Amino acid sequence: MTTMTTVPEDARPQVGPRLTANRLPRWTPPAVAAGSIAVGCGIGAAAGLQSHLQWGLISALLFLVGGYLISAQVEGRRQAKDRFATSVVWVAFILAVVPLVSLTVYTVQQGIGVVNGNFLSHSMKGVIQSGPGGGIYHALLGTLQQVGLATLIAAPLGLLTAVYLVEYGRGRLAKAVTFFVDVMTGVPSIVAGLFILSLWNLALGFSYSGFSGSLALAILMIPVVVRSTEEMLKLVPNELREASYALGVPKWKTILRIVLPTAIGGITTGVMLAVARITGETAPVMMLVFGADYINSNPFDGPQQSLPMYIWQQYSVVNNDFGYARAWGAALVLIAFVMGLNLIARGIARWRSPKGGH
Amino acid sequence: MTSSSPAAPRGRERRPRDSRVGDKIFMNLARGAGILLLVIMAAIAGFLAWRSGMALSNNNGNFLTTFEWTPDAPKPVFGIAVLAFGTIVSALIAMVIAVPVAIGIALFISHYAPRRIAQPFAYLVDLLAAVPSIVYGLWGALFLIPHMDGLTSWLNQYLGWTYLFDQTRTGTPRNLFTVGILLAIMILPIITAVSREVFRQVPRMHEEAALALGATRWEMIRTAVLPFGRPGIISASMLGLGRALGETIAVAVVLSANSVLSLHILDAGGGTFAQNIALKFAEAGNNGRDALMASGLVLFVITLLVNGAARLIIARRKEYSGANA
Repeated sequence: MTTMTTVPEDARPQVGPRLTANRLPRWTPPAVAAGSIAVGCGIGAAAGLQSHLQWGLISALLFLVGGYLISAQVEGRRQAKDRFATSVVWVAFILAVVPLVSLTVYTVQQGIGVVNGNFLSHSMKGVIQSGPGGGIYHALLGTLQQVGLATLIAAPLGLLTAVYLVEYGRGRLAKAVTFFVDVMTGVPSIVAGLFILSLWNLALGFSYSGFSGSLALAILMIPVVVRSTEEMLKLVPNELREASYALGVPKWKTILRIVLPTAIGGITTGVMLAVARITGETAPVMMLVFGADYINSNPFDGPQQSLPMYIWQQYSVVNNDFGYARAWGAALVLIAFVMGLNLIARGIARWRSPKGGH
Repeated sequence: MTSSSPAAPRGRERRPRDSRVGDKIFMNLARGAGILLLVIMAAIAGFLAWRSGMALSNNNGNFLTTFEWTPDAPKPVFGIAVLAFGTIVSALIAMVIAVPVAIGIALFISHYAPRRIAQPFAYLVDLLAAVPSIVYGLWGALFLIPHMDGLTSWLNQYLGWTYLFDQTRTGTPRNLFTVGILLAIMILPIITAVSREVFRQVPRMHEEAALALGATRWEMIRTAVLPFGRPGIISASMLGLGRALGETIAVAVVLSANSVLSLHILDAGGGTFAQNIALKFAEAGNNGRDALMASGLVLFVITLLVNGAARLIIARRKEYSGANA
C-alpha cells in the first residue's frame, strides 16, 4: 500500500549520510490487521459480548492505534500519520462494505427459497394473508405499468427541458430552471405523493389508481432525466453543431438529427437509471395506488399493487413469518430488476459513449 | 450525422421562413417543458399550502410546539415538535456517521485502492445507491435490529453518562439511533459517488507538486486533494442530508413511533415527518389528511432549503475551483 513512493534499496545512490529513514516492511499493515482482529475477537469473546458488531469495532480501534504506535516508534511521526490515514481509509472501506454486502447476501439468502414459478405467476387473491402461499404477479404487473406510464410522461418532458437548457437556455429563465431542477432532485418522494394527492385526487376528484401513482413517480423522475441528459448533451462536440449549421441545416433539425443521436447512448442510460430509481419508490405509491390483492391490469381505474408496497404490506400488515418470507421474495425480485436495469444502462453507456467531447 | 448533408446544397431553394417556423415551434416546446417544471414546483408548494391552510385553521394546538398528533379528534390538536425533532436528530446522526466514512471510501477509491479493486468497487457503490429504500427498511427491521441489541446496551453502559446514550427504557432498539445508522448506510453511496468524482478531478499537477516537495501521501491529500474537493464534499453531504430528511419507508419500518420528544436517542420512540405521513395516512380522515399535508409542506420547505443551499455552494465555488474543467 505504501510502497508507491519508495524506491528499492539498492537502486538508490549512496551519497554521504543516509537519505532514507527507517521503513517498516511491506507486510506490516496486514500483520497488524490480522493481529488486531485476533485480539479484538479474543477480547470480545472473553468479555462475553454477543454482538459481532462490537468485536469488529474493537478490532478496528486496535488496528488504528496499534498501527500508529508501531509506525511512530520506527518511522517517525509524519510517516505514522500517513499510515494512520491509510488505515482509517481502509477501515472506512471495510465499515461500508460490511453492511452493504450483508444487505445483498441476506436478501438473496432469504428470498431465493421463496421465488419460484408459482410465486411469480400468482396474485394474493383468495390467499389467507397470515398463511403461506400467494405471489407477486399482481404487484409485478402494477409496478411495470406504473413505471412505464411514469417514463412515458417524464422522459419526453425531461428530454425537452434538457434540450432547452443546453441549446436554447440563456438568461434568467434558464438559470431558474437549472436551479429548480437541482432542487427538485431533492423533493422527498412522500411530498410528491402528497402533491398528486391534493391535485389529482382532492382537487380534480379522481380516485385511487395506478396512473395517479405514475404521476407522482414522474415528478421524481423528471429531474433525474434532465440532469443526465443535460450532461450528455454538453458532451456533444460543438464542431458537429457548427458543421451542421454551416450546411444550412436549421437548428431544430440539427438538434433532432445530429445532437440527440450523438448523445443517445448516454440519454438512454440516464433514463434507465431514473427508471431504476423510481421502481423502488414506496411512499407515493402507497398513498396513491392504494394496494390490491387481486390482479388489476388497468392502471387507469381502481387500486393496483406494486412491488415496494407489497413488501411493505407483507412486513407491516401481515407481520408474521409467512409475510416476511413473501416480503423477502418480492425484495429479491425488486433488487434483481433494479440492478439488472442498472447494469444494462451502464453497459449501454460504455458501448455508446460520445467520444472526443473534451 | 451525414444523412442531412446531401440536402444542404439545395438549401438555396428553400425558403428560410420554413426553418424559422420549425425553430420557433421547437424552441417554444423546449422552453415550455422548462416552464412546466417551474410550474410543478410552484404547484407543489401552492397545493400543499392550500390544504395546510385548511388544516391549520382547525387546529386547537400550536402547530410548532404541540407534541400530539390527533387531527381527527372532535377537537383537533396536532403539532410537529416531535416530528421535526426526530427528523433532524436522525438525519444528524446519519450525517455524523456517513460523511467521514463516505469521504474515506471516496479517497479509498480515488487514491488508495489498487486499480484492480477500485474500479469494480466504485461500480458496486453505484449499484448499491440503487437499492430501494424498502429493502433497506426490511433489512434494518429483520437483520440490523436484532444485531443492535448488544451495541445499544454497550453504549448505554459505557457512554450512558453523556445523557445522549442513556437508555432509560429497555426494549427493542427501534430508536432514533438505529434509524440514524440505517439512514447513514442508505446515504453512504450517494455521498461517496459525488465526492469521488470531485477527488478524481483534482489536477494531477497539484498532487505531484505536493509529492515532489516530500509530502507523504496523507500530507498530499490534506494539502492538495481535500482543499480542492471541499465544495464537492459539502454539496455531496447536503445531498445526502436531503435524502436522510425525506426518507420515508425505511424509517417507518424501523422506528416504533410515539409522541415522546427525548434526547435519549437509545430509547425507542420518536417520529419523523415522512414516517408520520406514511403511518397515519391510511386511517386519516379529512382533517387528518390536511394536517399531514401541512407537515409535508414543512418537510418540503426544509429539503428545499438544504438542497438549494447545497446547489448555491457548488455554483458559487464552481467558477474558480475548476471543478468542471
